[in-house]
Amino acid sequence: MQKTALTILVTALTTAVLTVALLLFLLPAMGPTLMHQRMAETMPATPLRGPMGGMGMMHGMMSSATPADLNTSTSRLSDQGLFQVSFTNDLDPVAINQMHSWTLYVETADGQPVENATITVSGGMPQHGHGLPTRPQVTEYLGNGRYLVEGLRFQMSGWWEVTFTIEAAGQKDTITFNILLGG
Amino acid sequence: MQAKRTLILLAALATISLATAIFIFGPRSADRWTEAEVAMLRTLWLGSLPPLPPDPSNRYADDPRAIALGERLFFDARFSNNGRVACGTCHLPELGFQDGLPLAQGIGTTDRRTMPIAGMAYSPWLFWDGRKDSLWAQALGPLENPVEHGGTRAQYAHLIAAHYRSEYEALFGPLPDLSGVPASAGPAADPAARAAWDAMTPAAQEAVTRIYVNMGKAIAAFERTIMPGPSRFDAYVQALLEGDTRTMRASLTADEVAGLRLFIDRANCIQCHNGPLLTDNDFHNTAVPDAPGLPQDTGRAAGAQLVLADEFNCLSPYSDAAPQQCAELRFILSEGEELLRAFKPPSLRNVAERPPYMHAGQFATLQEVIMHYHLAPPAPAGHSQLEPLHLSPRERAQLLAFLQALSEVSD
Repeated sequence: MQKTALTILVTALTTAVLTVALLLFLLPAMGPTLMHQRMAETMPATPLRGPMGGMGMMHGMMSSATPADLNTSTSRLSDQGLFQVSFTNDLDPVAINQMHSWTLYVETADGQPVENATITVSGGMPQHGHGLPTRPQVTEYLGNGRYLVEGLRFQMSGWWEVTFTIEAAGQKDTITFNILLGG
Repeated sequence: MQAKRTLILLAALATISLATAIFIFGPRSADRWTEAEVAMLRTLWLGSLPPLPPDPSNRYADDPRAIALGERLFFDARFSNNGRVACGTCHLPELGFQDGLPLAQGIGTTDRRTMPIAGMAYSPWLFWDGRKDSLWAQALGPLENPVEHGGTRAQYAHLIAAHYRSEYEALFGPLPDLSGVPASAGPAADPAARAAWDAMTPAAQEAVTRIYVNMGKAIAAFERTIMPGPSRFDAYVQALLEGDTRTMRASLTADEVAGLRLFIDRANCIQCHNGPLLTDNDFHNTAVPDAPGLPQDTGRAAGAQLVLADEFNCLSPYSDAAPQQCAELRFILSEGEELLRAFKPPSLRNVAERPPYMHAGQFATLQEVIMHYHLAPPAPAGHSQLEPLHLSPRERAQLLAFLQALSEVSD
């Protein structure tokens, strides 16, 4: 009887040791395979896309306080409806800590390019109560209602506002674009 | 009966072994990250660091001969008032190119802490207050500062002619005739040197300053090569991106991972310490107290004015950049409440290796730094960006553990 018990014990221990050894041996191959399935569900299809790419990536810290219905359109009617304003930028996707330029396109509500407008730029992060880290300016009129805005740089991820005050032909209006910046 | 019992026992043991093995070697719950978090972690990973940006203001920035000359100048203590202060006196390579002191010690004592150099070539602004806008312009500041190297540009021009003539001329062209140039002269604080400088012709001044600028450009070329190396944190993120749970576990402990989670989330660290160098190289008022015995430091408020007036800035005649390449300077935020007592956040890479902390070494340990951000006291002046963090003692310890995992791994 004692001999039988000893046999069982030895067999059991050997099995246990072998199981652990097998797992240890297989994990380097198994681990990533198992994880890849999970990663496939969680990893973004492309690494980091900025809001200009069509998708704003929000970080957890901010997401609770950012309005869910925030309008991140890059083409908007100005506050009093005087101008239709849109922009493109030379940094796509927009990344933090990089100086870049926008091209602003300003037209009247009925679709005529607005020439010779005086445009000023302001902005900041409404949730943090600070402004832009730079002082961007319209530096050149590119013709056909297009204006070069130089000197934009965002230094953290989250919700940014960029406001343009546009004055043309004695009329003045403002428009604010919302930027949701990831990374 | 006996065989059945043995079988049950074996099965039970195998199951227990399997469970134990999975518990020990399988994925940890701490390592589960959402899609947005994985994307965020990727941006902090050293592997995301873009190639070194060009420095259009320094056409010698990537010339190997300039790098070699710059390295020699960096460690040459003859370029000082007493022959004992080189760049490398405060920027010690074995200490991560800093000195471990609250205030830098050159000829005298400065009002600020020596900054580390690794990755600085990515920063548009240099010094704690950003009063310089290129590495070469930065390098020229301490050389003429009376409490740092304390020398003059005429003195340095003579030293270049005496000891570095061939290396200098191979890069920058023939040295001018310096026989009429006083042994020591420059627009520095020392009245005698200043008087000697004022007595020189504008052409002679220009010739000497040109040599001085070229020295700075060579030193900058060397400094551009000083880069941070990967840490355990970087190994962790790389393993996360590759789905290698085993390396993830081997790279960071559960507490360090918890600290990382706090870092990117509730502790708000990434508001300023973001990107692969863990700094946004901008300026922030984080209510850092005044250093005892020092005059009030207004930080960026003064630094912005200084860089605009700097004789060596990007728009100066000594810069090799076209004006349109000086976007940072042209669109600088130079006024406003938010600049008062705002300082540049240093890279957090290797942060645990270089106490004390803050712009005048106000905090002796990382524990003190974390406690400061945890409590968020009001700013001595200006507006603090901090809000109390409400971290438990355990969470503060986890944050500390994570910061210690940012040290370069030597292999």
